[in-house]
Amino acid sequence: MQQGTLSKALKSGAIWGFIAFELVFFSVAGEFLSLSDKAFMDFDNMLLLLKQSAPIGIIAMGMTIVMVNGNIDLSVGATFAIAAIILLESMTWPIFAALGDWVIPVAWLLALTAGTLLGALNGLIVWKTGVDAFIVTLGSMLGFRGIVFMFNGENPTSHLNWTLVDFAEAEFLGLATASWVLLAVTLVIWFVMSRTVHGRNAYAIGDNREAAVNAGIRVGPHMMINFAIIGFLAALSAVVFYSESGSVNPNDGQLYELWVITAVVLGGTKITGGAGSVIGTFGGVIAIQLLRKGLGHIGADTSTVNLVIGLILIAVLFLDRQLNVKGKEELKV
Amino acid sequence: MTTAPVLHLDNIVKTFPGVRALDGVSFSVLPGEVHALMGENGAGKSTLMKVLGGIYQPDGGDIYMGDTKVTMSGPLEAKAMGIVFIHQELSLAEELSVAENIYLGELPRKSFGRVDWATLTAQTNAILKKLNVGFDAKTRVGDLSIANQQMVEIARALTVDAKAVIFDEPTASLTDAEKVVLFDVIADLKADGVGIIYISHRMEEIFKITDRISILRDGQYQGTVVTAETNEEAVTQMMIGRKLDLSRNAAHHDLGAVALEVRGLSCGALYQDVSFEVRRGEVVGFYGLVGAGRTEIAETLFGLRDPSAGQILLDGEEVRLHSPADAIALGISLVPEDRKGQGLILGMNCRDNMTLPQVDDLKAGPFVAEGAEIAIFDQYRDRLDIRTPSWKQRVGNLSGGNQQKIVIGKWLSMHPNVLIVDEPTRGIDVGSKSEIHKLLRELAAQGYAVIVISSEMPEVLHVSDRIVAMYSGRITRTFTSDEVTEDNLIQAISGIKPGHAA
Amino acid sequence: MATLTKQRIGSVLAKQGILIAFAVFMIAFTIANPKFLSVDNLFSVVRSSAILGVMALGVTFVVISGNLDLSVGSMMSFSTIVVLDLHDKIGPLLAIPAMFAMTLGLGAFIGFLVGYLRLNSLIVTLGMLSAIHGLTLTYSGGQNMDIADKEGTWFSAFGQGTALGVPVPILIFIAVAVFLGAVLSKTAFGRKVYAVGGNGTAATFSGIRRARTVFTCYLISAACVATAGLIQASRSMGSQNTVGQGLELEVLAAVILGGASLLGGSGTIFKAVIGVLILGFIQNGLLLLGLQFYVQFVVTWVIIILAVWLDIAAKRGKLWSPIA
Repeated sequence: MQQGTLSKALKSGAIWGFIAFELVFFSVAGEFLSLSDKAFMDFDNMLLLLKQSAPIGIIAMGMTIVMVNGNIDLSVGATFAIAAIILLESMTWPIFAALGDWVIPVAWLLALTAGTLLGALNGLIVWKTGVDAFIVTLGSMLGFRGIVFMFNGENPTSHLNWTLVDFAEAEFLGLATASWVLLAVTLVIWFVMSRTVHGRNAYAIGDNREAAVNAGIRVGPHMMINFAIIGFLAALSAVVFYSESGSVNPNDGQLYELWVITAVVLGGTKITGGAGSVIGTFGGVIAIQLLRKGLGHIGADTSTVNLVIGLILIAVLFLDRQLNVKGKEELKV
Repeated sequence: MTTAPVLHLDNIVKTFPGVRALDGVSFSVLPGEVHALMGENGAGKSTLMKVLGGIYQPDGGDIYMGDTKVTMSGPLEAKAMGIVFIHQELSLAEELSVAENIYLGELPRKSFGRVDWATLTAQTNAILKKLNVGFDAKTRVGDLSIANQQMVEIARALTVDAKAVIFDEPTASLTDAEKVVLFDVIADLKADGVGIIYISHRMEEIFKITDRISILRDGQYQGTVVTAETNEEAVTQMMIGRKLDLSRNAAHHDLGAVALEVRGLSCGALYQDVSFEVRRGEVVGFYGLVGAGRTEIAETLFGLRDPSAGQILLDGEEVRLHSPADAIALGISLVPEDRKGQGLILGMNCRDNMTLPQVDDLKAGPFVAEGAEIAIFDQYRDRLDIRTPSWKQRVGNLSGGNQQKIVIGKWLSMHPNVLIVDEPTRGIDVGSKSEIHKLLRELAAQGYAVIVISSEMPEVLHVSDRIVAMYSGRITRTFTSDEVTEDNLIQAISGIKPGHAA
Repeated sequence: MATLTKQRIGSVLAKQGILIAFAVFMIAFTIANPKFLSVDNLFSVVRSSAILGVMALGVTFVVISGNLDLSVGSMMSFSTIVVLDLHDKIGPLLAIPAMFAMTLGLGAFIGFLVGYLRLNSLIVTLGMLSAIHGLTLTYSGGQNMDIADKEGTWFSAFGQGTALGVPVPILIFIAVAVFLGAVLSKTAFGRKVYAVGGNGTAATFSGIRRARTVFTCYLISAACVATAGLIQASRSMGSQNTVGQGLELEVLAAVILGGASLLGGSGTIFKAVIGVLILGFIQNGLLLLGLQFYVQFVVTWVIIILAVWLDIAAKRGKLWSPIA
């Protein structure tokens, strides 16, 4: 019993402990290795970090609810790219020409709707066919990417709207728009998962599906809603990012699913579902971004970042297993 | 008694391929009555419960609640009608709180789909107070002991206007103090006029709290008796019956050398200080209640658990078993308790399942000698009378009895020195049952050392030369077939010291 | 009676559905464009599928054993870069075994984590995807790798040569497929792979060393990846660090299309080959029809979901899932 509590405390605190470790490590190591004179734990640097975390972070919140629900979504990167293209393309469509800058909310709405519908489509297929979410979203990851190419082939899609860029680059209380969106999404998903009936039922389904079904919880609609949520958030992430950059390549968003899943698992969400928290995921997102920046700060290149993140993911899995290790007399199967 | 029964079953029939699981079961539960349902494993209790819960549809017969005939289409409908189940296997979401589990599927709502925590907590705490438990609504269920998780299940039953509550082995994991609380809860329900079906193997409890007892045997209804007017022996008699030729084994024959000896074997809290020996040509039966440690001993002997103390000797030499592969190499075989989960690969064909442990040894050049495999399969198909159209049949498509024969054939074809059989006839039809009993005797006669673990007393009595009785992780007594009687065996597995019997 | 026939049609569809689909595609594409069935075209399809195909053969073992391997794409980049680099440093004769040894080392590491430590294969190989990518970049210093003297080496034979009029990549693909097909369907080890994936507990209870079996599957997968990397390197004689990126999912798509269940215990090498060819022929057929390459993505999406859906629908006897 006590052991269990210890392991739980370790697990829930682990990600923040890891972040603290990263901060100290990179600050100290930076003194000796850094190419720049700036301190690592610089306030501006931290704000920038939050902003840079946003694209992955926003999607990771959706992945948390989907994974807690017992599913997974590999198609988020492709959804992200579709939403980005719709956002930028639609602003150039002649039918919206008369709208002036009012085209911006329309474009947002279109992109977000597209993302939500694609997510809901995944959910509907998982629900109605009973095919595993991994396979369904593996398929739609390819299919959605195909749709991305249908817009402009292999050419990038670009459209800069300065009003939009100004909005995206605006800062409020020192935080960039993207950071605000990330914080707001975190708050809303936290609310959904911990305070609403839908959220609690999502946990129950991921934890013990049979018990949930026996208690009359309708598994299908809950799953579909969660897929719609992650689709919406993938689109929102694109809206935030491309409002500023104004140009999207058809390969953008590739491997996002891997980054997002890494963040969610680092944040303590169980891959089999039923356990996980948005706050943990937030920690996971920050930890990854910190690692990228920190390694950059001490002069390591992207290759080291990939290597380290991959190994850390495995190490977390290993530690988690060691903390839940079976008693000696347990059945060895 | 003029009150209408809350629940009345009339001539319920349910068949599965090859098995008549329920064969004309009828009984009534009156309001304010605790009605025990008894029978051995495989007697049809769990099938009956699934029919009541709407998980199975009966092939014949009717269910009445009060005076109205009802059909159950699923657990939800059953619950809506006021039939609540307290399952032996917990169906809880461990990561959620006690309150969320109790109101799973019907959390109180506020605006924006929010959970109404205040109401939820208040309602839950009111129920928990009634149950007098030491945890509150916000506790995470995964942090509770098994006994307390059971209490959460019970609390669930109290949330609806229950007309009938069915307890399935509720005390299996409870301490004595917790049992007292449970019995108080049952008394309260009874006072409220709820009808209670109480399924248990524990005579003591049955005679303490129930009003009437209905007994099933091999899917057939044996009758209902008033608890106050009967005794343990009479009930046991009804449960066991004398239908099969389950005469006591008296075929003494010459025993060989000691094949397996166990000295002071312990495995954590599972069992302690177990010593026994098995000779060639001998069947040793292990009898005890579920959880007494029988299966765990078998798993240790098969290399699946590391003992914390003690020795295992094969033919007089101490051995260390770290995996089933080690055990098999030393000539130990285990026909496991859970046929589908541990014994078979259901998606594989019959032949491949049967030859799996020796697939490394059946070689034709670099490949598996399929001809030799088929020869082995044919040999044991004929010997064990396995009914399957061909070896290509998926094992999952066979009946329970034939599946079990495949598992037995798998281990016989290894020619083991020690054959351990755990619950050899669970859930299989009567015909296959007696064939398997006969086979076990034959094997002993051929010089195998056989250990049979069973929860069925007639089976143990029938096949064993000696019987080891276990209670709560310890061997309480070893009987020769001359010494054993049903009474002294029941005492030995109930932890009752001789002379203290009721 | 009617239901029986329906069920039988269902089970035939489930068992042979992928072959039927394959035949339908071939006929449709041939009618649309007779060039489709020409020997040249067939060769070119199989040759371009060979790299994906060889990797799919290895992943088939991993999937049947009940696990996943998402690291094969980045592992293939690693093999390609390493063999190209070593070619100029120690010569092809030593470079090839050295590259195989290094790739097998990675496979052994994954096999140890998944087999012996029993870590979740999805997450382990996801982590390894990233880690191996980092390893490759570190190895190459982020530079593209090229063979300096492209004419003066026999190294190009694996990717560009022909023997008996057949392109060497096709011969390698066939040889590996026949060899692994025999291993999987005829040997004791193959039987154990099915057993471990079908019911790991029951396999353990039958004396099978589950960890060792899973470990070996990852070694086989790594060996296939190394072979694919060799073909890739030899074909292009130079490579980017990201040459295998994204292939892991295409490989998995081919294996699933071949009817292997992600739950483990089912699938065959033959069907995996069919899965690979279907992907290859769809791509080729759509191009011959004048459609853009990306249409194949959408078509593949639809086919994967239909294939798996019909498979499980036939097994449960109902088209729609029972999920409430």
